[in-house]
Amino acid sequence: MMASDSLPVAAQVPAASAAEETLLACPDCDLLQRLPPLPPHHAASCARCQAPLCRHKPDSLERTLALALAAAILLLIANVVPMLGLSVAGREAFTTVLGGVVEMWREGSQVVAMLVLFAAVIAPALEIVCLLLVVLAVRHPPAPHWVATLLHGYEFVREWSMIEIMLLGVLVALIKIAELATVIPGLALFVLGSLVFLLAAMAAAFDPRVAWQRIEWAAGRGPDGIAGGRG
Amino acid sequence: MSTTAASARSLGCAGCEVCGLVVRLPVPAGAAFCPRCGERLHSRLPASLERTWALTIAALLLYIPANLLPVMTTNTPLGAVSDTIMQGVVELWSPTSWPLAVVVFVASVTIPLGKLIALAYLLLTVQRGSVRSNGQRVRLYRLLKFIGRWSMLDVFVDTFVVALIQLQPLMWVEPGAGVLYFAAVVVVTMVAVNSFDPRLIWDLPQQEKHAHG
Repeated sequence: MMASDSLPVAAQVPAASAAEETLLACPDCDLLQRLPPLPPHHAASCARCQAPLCRHKPDSLERTLALALAAAILLLIANVVPMLGLSVAGREAFTTVLGGVVEMWREGSQVVAMLVLFAAVIAPALEIVCLLLVVLAVRHPPAPHWVATLLHGYEFVREWSMIEIMLLGVLVALIKIAELATVIPGLALFVLGSLVFLLAAMAAAFDPRVAWQRIEWAAGRGPDGIAGGRG
Repeated sequence: MSTTAASARSLGCAGCEVCGLVVRLPVPAGAAFCPRCGERLHSRLPASLERTWALTIAALLLYIPANLLPVMTTNTPLGAVSDTIMQGVVELWSPTSWPLAVVVFVASVTIPLGKLIALAYLLLTVQRGSVRSNGQRVRLYRLLKFIGRWSMLDVFVDTFVVALIQLQPLMWVEPGAGVLYFAAVVVVTMVAVNSFDPRLIWDLPQQEKHAHG
């Protein structure tokens, strides 16, 4: 599917055969450095620009799996139960996250409604589902190559998943409205609050390096192809 | 740690932007793909400075209507009142809720504007081949990447105020055109920061070419 004639050259990995040491290039400054195996609970940062390079994460796959499962359940609950209620002059109104999106759409801001839907519902859902599938798929290495696509998707969607920002936004909206009407915090508000911490813990527990090592290579070799093949 | 502080590019290699694998690039430069994840390999992001400039300028232009147009209109039987972002901050200011007003002000006004200024600074120093305070500039880049998303705050505030205050005919709130422009500013600046390649900060344009061919 891609220019296969460039692969034989690109596939030569310098010094990757030094089994314990990892060769890596800092993503922020391109400094090439060798990383010795990390002792437990230690982190490595770039020698030149101090960018965080990697961190030893114990039981990464198991912990991520547990946290992702919990996060999936909470996200489901958070989107079906009411989040905010309002009572004024004997009238009550409740809304969910999706209700906010629908109202924004109906009032004529379709683009903004789609953006809120993506950042508050779709991106967090994709974030959790991608990671869940990756963690499950790499349990029996080598994992098929579509897992690499999911892992790439996870890294992309993480930046656009904005549950924590939405929650702060809801809080500000709540204060604004409190001057006009009585606001009733709904169950989803507390579920979302816990979800913020779960998502942070999930991302912190996941070690992408462990997952990459267990995924089949695009160039057709297994995860240990380089280490075994080059002297 | 290493005695020869060399960048991957100067040694003819590139770290894959997706999976991190260090790969030797083909010698007659051409398209190369990561053997592990299959993504296109770049020594530096293509046309990074041009793209980041274009997006920064676009965001600056969008920033003007975002602040001048109302983000929401409150309708009551007595009439309609439109608020811009700044008016929203002022209204939120009270003896009890002023900390939130500060948060909204920082997220909606300070961060987007600061981001545009910081991006222009990073672009200009890279274009002039500056070698000073590289460490500080890369920290500034990381800060931009980290705080940029928080500007989305006001979009969420407006959405949920609109969603809840629909008590026709007593009082109802409609979103204004400003929200769209403001959301666009946030998205465009986030894409701009992503299109900037921080590795350019560390490149010494002349020296590297001569030293390593």
